[in-house]
Amino acid sequence: MELTGAEIFVRCLKEEGVEYLFGYPGGAVLHTYDALFQQQDVQHILVRHEQGATHAADGYARSTGKPGVVLVTSGPGATNAVTGIATAYMDSIPLVVFTGQVFTSLIGNDAFQEVDSVGITRPCVKHNFLVGDVKDLAATIKQAFYIATSGRPGPVVIDLPKDVTAAKALYAYPETVQLRSYNPVVKGHAGQIKKAVKLMLSATRPMVYTGGGVVLDNAAATLTEFVQTLGYPVTNTLMGLGGYPATDRQFLGMLGMHGTYEANMAMHHCDVLVAIGARFDDRVTGAIEKFCPTAKIVHIDIDPTSIAKNIKVDIPIVGGVNSVLRSMLKLIADSDITPDKEALGSWWKQISEWRQQDCLKFESSADVIKPQQVVQALYEITGGDAYVTTDVGQHQMWAAQFYKFDQPRRWITSGGLGTMGFGLPAAMGVQLAHPAETVACITGDGSIQMCLQELSTCLQYRLPIKVINLNNGYLGMVRQWQEIFYQGRYAMSYMDALPDFVKLAEGYGHVGMRIEKSGDVEGALKEAMAMKERLVFLDFKTDATENVYPMIPAGAGLNEMMLV
Amino acid sequence: MRRIISILMENEAGALSRVAGLFSARAYNIESLTVAPTEDASLSRMTLVTRGTDDIIEQILKQLNKLVDVVKVLDLTEGAHIERELMLIKVAAVGNEMRTEVKRLCDIFRGRIIDVTECSYTIELTGAGSKLDAFIDSLDESTILETVRSGVSGIARGDKRLHV
Repeated sequence: MELTGAEIFVRCLKEEGVEYLFGYPGGAVLHTYDALFQQQDVQHILVRHEQGATHAADGYARSTGKPGVVLVTSGPGATNAVTGIATAYMDSIPLVVFTGQVFTSLIGNDAFQEVDSVGITRPCVKHNFLVGDVKDLAATIKQAFYIATSGRPGPVVIDLPKDVTAAKALYAYPETVQLRSYNPVVKGHAGQIKKAVKLMLSATRPMVYTGGGVVLDNAAATLTEFVQTLGYPVTNTLMGLGGYPATDRQFLGMLGMHGTYEANMAMHHCDVLVAIGARFDDRVTGAIEKFCPTAKIVHIDIDPTSIAKNIKVDIPIVGGVNSVLRSMLKLIADSDITPDKEALGSWWKQISEWRQQDCLKFESSADVIKPQQVVQALYEITGGDAYVTTDVGQHQMWAAQFYKFDQPRRWITSGGLGTMGFGLPAAMGVQLAHPAETVACITGDGSIQMCLQELSTCLQYRLPIKVINLNNGYLGMVRQWQEIFYQGRYAMSYMDALPDFVKLAEGYGHVGMRIEKSGDVEGALKEAMAMKERLVFLDFKTDATENVYPMIPAGAGLNEMMLV
Repeated sequence: MRRIISILMENEAGALSRVAGLFSARAYNIESLTVAPTEDASLSRMTLVTRGTDDIIEQILKQLNKLVDVVKVLDLTEGAHIERELMLIKVAAVGNEMRTEVKRLCDIFRGRIIDVTECSYTIELTGAGSKLDAFIDSLDESTILETVRSGVSGIARGDKRLHV
């Protein structure tokens, strides 16, 4: 049967099991929207800005493991989506983004709302396509979903000229994809795995360091089994939180710039480092030349380019985290060598001493609200069971430090790109995917204003997100750096004209609450959580001078932390 | 170190810009780059000359392999190989003495004169880049009217081949 491109688009999404399509209509996608209007299978979520669409799809993807799908119009629709595409790219999140395009006959003519979407997005996508012929549309969509979700996941853009959505072709959705130029490795090299296991079992001061790859490959349970079998200490990157239960004794907390003292010290002093689905980001390593000076390093990653990019490793293993860890567990079970109990005992003793530093302690006040206190209270009131999205800055670090995630895919944050404005729209995607769960967006007075318009979307779809605004009147992380490194010259980090967030929330049809006293924090959170059907915007007036500690200053090693 | 990298990729619109974009985004150096379809019209063969430390070259090879359009990558400089470049050069040739001198040089370098006017020769010359450089050096600079070079094409020696 012949279908139009727009109808083919809808049929393909249905074939891929797409529940939600996040988007915004416009001239170049009118045919496509008309086809969407005439079906019930795919629900379209109308955002208020295309950046919100990409972040919402991203939040959906991170919290479910399924690809997020976006539809925007040409020109400004596409350019507005770029920040969200780049955010997903840096954190390896599977998205399929459809951008409208002008008629093929007009491409290159500077037509109305024309932009070279394929060119603009090329550096921040896993792959992209311009569909020039409706006959190629179904196969292209199939390939896009396959590329986005396989190997190291990432966003894929499909640019759809308007005439292609009107033209007709015979529809058949391909069952399989074969690409001679794209064959991601899953199974690790058996010899390398054997060598790695031998090294790990002979360690006296072992350390396991894991990243977002564990979450992406749904390997949290395998990792937990692996770490507990060995009895080794483990740390997570910002992206890896939830990959190992944070309340477990073997967990040393997050590592890196604002990681815990014990995690960073254990990294620095370990003799064998097992890096799993992590990419040695500069926020993790500190000064490269001072990184893990005494360690032999094993690195498991699905992307060969992640290996030896920043840090030279001794045993690289290219492969899927889950599959490699499974093979390792088997070898460990069959091995004659077992970890040296005595050495491990004194290593744990050393770690306990570092732990006693209690590096995350903060002085609470009877009067002013400490931001850490709010996150801690949220953790307790939600039983550690909420989905938490964040924006970027101090509040993000406090959320990472004080909300302990025992499960993967509940911690939703822009780690690589560090995109302010991510939190609220991401929370929409999470709440749609998990309608019965508590979704909290921890944000700040700077970040929340970057995608604030999505409060309107939240009303339209009745998304009962709890917005936790840690309002200190500053761009806090910028302020912190200016205090420490720029002799307190607070260049443009103070917001002199903040809106009344309570009225603003009310203006958008939601519940607004202002909390100004330390003693009111818990009560307010409980009250908000009780409003199951409503979005509640909690505006916490927090201590304006509070800094995130501990901290590794630029150029320092992991053992050179500033504690307070 | 100078490396010659051969790339076999899908012959699709935008494939070249993916490679060029990768090099500029990651601040890798491109000395020359040539690309044309192969005997199989669905594939393009690219030869790229770059310089970098071993670590950078390793990343370049991995990053190229990661591009979805790239089918195969080979560092030709790892083994015995042949490199050739084509140059077309227009040289002033006025008066008998000068014309004879240019012709003689051209013969020494096994070039061919492919166009002649009353006051110029256009010479075609192939070889490794260093040979083309040497020819340019042997000419009086003021007599060179125009040069155009194709960039390096390369192929492995012996039975080794880059194919699907």
